Amino acid sequence: MNAVNPSGWRPAAPARAADAPESPTATGDRGLMLEEKLIFELGGWDQTGVDIEDVEGEVLGSLSGHLRAEKPALPGLSEPETVRHYTRLSRQNYAIDLGPFPLGSCTMKHNPRLNEKIARLPGFADIHPLQPTGTVQGALECINELAFWLMDLTGMHGVAMSPKAGAHGELCGILCIRAALEARGDSREVVLVPESAHGTNPATAAFANYRVEAIPATKDGRVDLAALKDRLGPDVAAVMITNPNTCGLFEPDMKAISDAVHEAGGFVYCDGANFNAIVGKVRPGDLGIDAMHINLHKTFSTPHGGGGPGSGPVVLSEALSPFGPLPYTARTNDGVVHLVEEEQADAFSEEHFGGVMRSFGRMAAFHGQMGMFTRALTYMLSHGADGLARVAEDSVLNANYILRSLEDLLDAPYAHSGPCMHEALFSDAGLAEGFSTLDIAKGLIDEGFHPMTVYFPLVVHGAMLVEPTETESKDGLDRLIVALRSVAERAKAGDEALHSAPHFTPRRRVDETQAARKPVLVWNGDPAPSGQPVPSEIGGR
Amino acid sequence: MRYLPLTAENRAEMLGVIGADTVDDLFTDVPEAARLKGPIEGLPLHASELAVERHMTRLAAKNLSAGAAPFFLGAGAYRHHVPASVDHLIQRGEFLTAYTPYQPEIAQGTLQVLFEFQTQVARLFGTDIANASLYDGSTACWEAIAMAGRITRRKKAVLSGALHPHYVATIKTMAKFTGDEIADAQPTVAPEPDEAGLIGRIDDATAAVVVQYPDILGRIGNLQTIAEAAHAKGALLIAVVTEPVALGLIEAPGKLGADIVVGEGQSLGVGLNFGGPYLGLFGCREKFVRQMPGRLCGETVDAQGKRSFVLTLSTREQHIRREKATSNICTNSGLCALAFSIHMTLLGGTGLARLAKTNHLRARQLADRLSGIPGIALVNSTYFNEFCVKLPTDAREVVRALADRGILGGVSLGRLYPDYEAIHGGLLVTATETTTTEDIEALAGALEDILAGEAA
Repeated sequence: MNAVNPSGWRPAAPARAADAPESPTATGDRGLMLEEKLIFELGGWDQTGVDIEDVEGEVLGSLSGHLRAEKPALPGLSEPETVRHYTRLSRQNYAIDLGPFPLGSCTMKHNPRLNEKIARLPGFADIHPLQPTGTVQGALECINELAFWLMDLTGMHGVAMSPKAGAHGELCGILCIRAALEARGDSREVVLVPESAHGTNPATAAFANYRVEAIPATKDGRVDLAALKDRLGPDVAAVMITNPNTCGLFEPDMKAISDAVHEAGGFVYCDGANFNAIVGKVRPGDLGIDAMHINLHKTFSTPHGGGGPGSGPVVLSEALSPFGPLPYTARTNDGVVHLVEEEQADAFSEEHFGGVMRSFGRMAAFHGQMGMFTRALTYMLSHGADGLARVAEDSVLNANYILRSLEDLLDAPYAHSGPCMHEALFSDAGLAEGFSTLDIAKGLIDEGFHPMTVYFPLVVHGAMLVEPTETESKDGLDRLIVALRSVAERAKAGDEALHSAPHFTPRRRVDETQAARKPVLVWNGDPAPSGQPVPSEIGGR
Repeated sequence: MRYLPLTAENRAEMLGVIGADTVDDLFTDVPEAARLKGPIEGLPLHASELAVERHMTRLAAKNLSAGAAPFFLGAGAYRHHVPASVDHLIQRGEFLTAYTPYQPEIAQGTLQVLFEFQTQVARLFGTDIANASLYDGSTACWEAIAMAGRITRRKKAVLSGALHPHYVATIKTMAKFTGDEIADAQPTVAPEPDEAGLIGRIDDATAAVVVQYPDILGRIGNLQTIAEAAHAKGALLIAVVTEPVALGLIEAPGKLGADIVVGEGQSLGVGLNFGGPYLGLFGCREKFVRQMPGRLCGETVDAQGKRSFVLTLSTREQHIRREKATSNICTNSGLCALAFSIHMTLLGGTGLARLAKTNHLRARQLADRLSGIPGIALVNSTYFNEFCVKLPTDAREVVRALADRGILGGVSLGRLYPDYEAIHGGLLVTATETTTTEDIEALAGALEDILAGEAA
């Protein structure tokens, strides 16, 4: 009889390090909550999960002298191992599919699966940006159709589709303003930005070589119109305003602000990140705004998987429209949609726009986030003009419901200013000594919710900005309110357990200071278990 | 309005709690004159899932998709086979519908993926570190130039003539506004890139030298020589990789002396998508970390000493430093980075090397077949999966004639360089693992026909 296991080898239980964190199990796993190693600790240097068709032939002179000395030191996993690795990791994430993301000014709402299905149609997903335009008429029609929705919803004259995210859209808007000013020989140097603005606004203006000056806020959380008017002058290129603003309030003086800026020869940029609160209710064009980016991924939903991608088209007033970026789409009377690139921009402008189109140039290699365009258009068509107005109404209703359900317990600095828009702002005033916004946020995690935006806007000490969005049900809001009330009461009573929250997550409170003090940005451990990286078999030197 | 859960009863009850009579009372801050009284005219009303799907499917059907034709386009966007499990995994709701991982305790999934992604990119590029992705290759390229300016305190970038013209256009747009000086050149349609010419343009004011690798014509230049020349003048070398699959076969730019390596990650996991969303890759030397744009994920421990991951070094970023930030970028291409990373994990170094070899051999097969056609000459002496051929006529016309025959036959240099007539006979063609022998025959046969008709 043959010995079944002649070497006698058996897997051994992992040795527990003396300083290993307390865990009741040998693996560190707890039931369905699995500790997942890094791919560099799981994979083998020779392992692969892809079967690649071999082609006859040798690598010859066409590469000689350029071959890499060793194949890339990247571990591979088989297909089943790969599926498990990423599925296990996914279970350590909070996501909108699990519950609300009440992050103010970040707007994360239900992501309809129809959008995903449409974006994956080969006619949209599997087309190349440089295909002959005759072979992509449907895609160009889609962009054109979306462009007209955006112009109609905002009451604006033109739209630039190519910006790749909200901050890229801001840059586009500011570049349009700069180009328009330069076209009239005006070299203004200053951009005014209210204190409450998103940090991207001043960063954008600085990146476009403008000097940034702050405009203070009034006691009720709005732009100080008098201070703004005082500062306006021949050196001010633009004012960047967020409306609805980051205190969750509409700027009722918007038209007066626009008129004053225009009178002084400048332009008005509006940060449109919060457009979902007013879509279908008011058109920014009617308020005198010259340029506004629209986060398609926020107002019109796109998944945003863990931080992006986004998409930031910019709607433009008549004065700024000629200066938008290349390429752009234009439909001619014969029904053809053209993609106007450097190649024919001048001739096209001459023939169809009387030569007025004077693009400031290209902002990115190709023409924008097609994958987001299809999702946004699908979402718009599903809602329609009536449904989009209801989006704004329900998002505002939900936010005010949160505000009024909590203002007796949590300090709400602008609750007296009237209704809020899509987000409700609270502060940490009135909590027990030593307790702060962070404790509320981490306590909320133990209750099963993603926390609200914390410590923003900067104009409010210990700010908490709660944005429920319109896709939350009343039951869902009530659960969130119960959780927030409970945590707030504990923070007011000085419950020490909050200081070490969260307690029930895959990881306890994470040490952010150590990460920043001694940055470890790549894995530098020992090679993978199956051995050292080997020189490439494809040598040929 | 199937995405809106509130019922009429809910709304009434909530208005009661708020103390308002109607929803419109919540919009009182909007001036009465500006408030819309009903749905915006000219736009359709809400539609059923079926109706919307029908409309969008009709639009999609008007396009000739790459998979439905013999397909040879590249020039910065490449068609590769994406394993089914990649798209399946990125559609898990916990990845797909997560936001930026601001709360690390409940975002370890996304954060660990970003840490793994950063390591994969750094190893692929041969750089010390990498960030958690930017919008796309072209914008990453500008960010690299801006970063080199901050590091060297100089304002001039010298661009290789063989850098993708759309990248050049993007850079020039930004430089117009920042006042940076951009020294560019037209490409030489020659077997080798003009390295001597490039080196000759580097001077003591140069912050960065920007070289695409392989370049816009598919040629593989000698980065090491350029790196030495750049460093001798105190300038940094930025290498631009638009086809990362090439690095399965050719040497990593970081190993050849590149200080910053940027790239377009679309080739792995992401797909063509008509130009976006794409994935900006960004790696550099560790000493530049505080000048780096974009988000970074770092390793740390939690309160119990367990390994954990968190977004870090955010004091470089716009939400802390505002107008002094390294960049205005707020988002990354998180989901595309996930797709890239899964595809790379499935491949491993072994699979990537094999995939690269298959790509190159397909391109060789294509080059051999095309250069045998009367009137067509292969330009490149080196190439990976993309190269340039010279046609006896304007390649734009030929591309259109090929499209009429249902063949997506490459990118004409005339489309990329409209103002440089001398090279309008140039056609860029690409072959990848998705290219079949039948595809190559279809292209070659059609080119023979078209060129013969041209000659007749």
